[in-house]
Amino acid sequence: MLAMNFRGPFRVRADRNKPMPEILHPQDAIVRVTRSCICGSDLHLYHGLVPDTRVGMTFGHEFTGVVEEVGPEVTNIKVGDRVLVPFNIACGSCPFCKQELFGNCHESNTQATAVGGIFGYSHTAGGYDGGQAEYVRVPYANVGPTIIPEGMDLDDAVLLTDVVPTGYQAAEMAGIKPGDTVVVFGAGPIGIMAARCAWLFGAGRVIVIDHIEYRLDFVRRYAQCEAYNFESIGDPVLFLKKTTDYFGADVCIDAVGCEAAGSMLQTLTGRKGLLQAGSATALHWAINSVKKGGIISIVGVYGPTFNMVPIGNVVNKGLTIRANQASVKRLLPRLIEHVMAGRLNPKEIITHRVPLEEVADAYHIFSAKRDGCIKPILIPSAA
Amino acid sequence: MEHIHRAGTDMESLREKYKHINGWGIDADPENEPTYPMKHYTGDDHQRIHYDRPTLQPLSVELLKSNERPNVSAVFGTSTPPSGLSGAIRRYAFKYSEGSFGHWLPLIFADRVNVIEGYLDDFSKGTIPNIFAEHGWKAEWKHAPWHLVRKVATTAAVIAAAAWLLSGDKKKKSFS
Repeated sequence: MLAMNFRGPFRVRADRNKPMPEILHPQDAIVRVTRSCICGSDLHLYHGLVPDTRVGMTFGHEFTGVVEEVGPEVTNIKVGDRVLVPFNIACGSCPFCKQELFGNCHESNTQATAVGGIFGYSHTAGGYDGGQAEYVRVPYANVGPTIIPEGMDLDDAVLLTDVVPTGYQAAEMAGIKPGDTVVVFGAGPIGIMAARCAWLFGAGRVIVIDHIEYRLDFVRRYAQCEAYNFESIGDPVLFLKKTTDYFGADVCIDAVGCEAAGSMLQTLTGRKGLLQAGSATALHWAINSVKKGGIISIVGVYGPTFNMVPIGNVVNKGLTIRANQASVKRLLPRLIEHVMAGRLNPKEIITHRVPLEEVADAYHIFSAKRDGCIKPILIPSAA
Repeated sequence: MEHIHRAGTDMESLREKYKHINGWGIDADPENEPTYPMKHYTGDDHQRIHYDRPTLQPLSVELLKSNERPNVSAVFGTSTPPSGLSGAIRRYAFKYSEGSFGHWLPLIFADRVNVIEGYLDDFSKGTIPNIFAEHGWKAEWKHAPWHLVRKVATTAAVIAAAAWLLSGDKKKKSFS
């Protein structure tokens, strides 16, 4: 079958010789992929920043599809169902899943305890091939895959597998009180969605910080918020203090993660030298620009080693830090309501629809931020 | 704690268990739950790993296991099992815990070795990788041709300079 094949940092190809996935466990399903996104966090793999990313692997943790085959213990979905598949691989029966921490499952990743299984996201996240392919194996098919509601656009459905839940949970974890000033670092797909969702929780003011002008323009329009380029406002922390009466933002959301720009020291030691788990610039700014007693919400992806952050300021300011991979299954019922009611329009962030055969070009366009790219999706020819 | 009634974790049985500690639990506040709504606390944490596990996936490939867990997870990915020199380095890395550089730094090194193995694997199958296509340079040529020209020129200059510096002819000439 045709599948994306990772060959090394900044090198991927469309491979026609990938073996078809097989049922390996009684709760497995095989899904024929109809839509598959490239996620901003896939770029961390593409850039070689996530340890144990092996040559030959197929990425892709945001996908929809049609059920082609199910194992003998699968009862919740059947052949022919159109499903969206959360990026978390979750068993539903360990203590973490039972408490709705579906992003922290204890029975889906042998290779690391700090992260649950994720489709197509290195062996550090379980070693599963992902959905940037014609077919994909979906473990625990009674738990994750969710039937796409009648009338929902496939492009909306595929964004409910990660982007929307992660953006929504970023706002939810921020504990936004009505009238709060919310600062979102990062105007990528997740930051855009977090800014949009902050209003759902009653924010009084939403500010997005980034340095890519076309993305700032997009988020101003899409999320109806303020957006500033950190390259033109001087010290972003000082700017945010001034614009909040020198008080600080009520909450700050880090929607950037390990590839943040804006600090030469962080860039050299994190992104270039790999002496820390990527660049923690956005998190650094978030900690310093939030108010005393404020809340930091982190959904940006960082590597597994360590990062330089001003932890002393976290203590002295009495900050609360909340962070996690989104628990997609927990959030889906509410988010499906929002999409069906038109309160959220995820598909508007899709800028590029690319045939799976051209996966290498799609990765490059997204990585290099060419052609106004916000969110690319891959479409297999059999979709 | 009305919502916690599992054997051994409800307040009454805990109070009995710890009755020798003066004041045990007197300030317990079930509303103090900062993980909500991300986590719907049920007390299941206190079962630790003693829960009904799903059916286990048969072990069909070599799987490296974190030494921070006692067993293989019930399901696992079978993509690209460890092999070759990179596989040997990865096996070494898994002797160390996830909190150790002994774990992560060898894995990053193994990833780089694996890239070279990828080239060798391609050549062994008679495949010449299309580097231009794999880097997505067709898209770069379409959307930012001058970036591509600059990148190619810079790379060519660096390679030419390196070749000149390493060439034996230069040495001979300098002493002649």
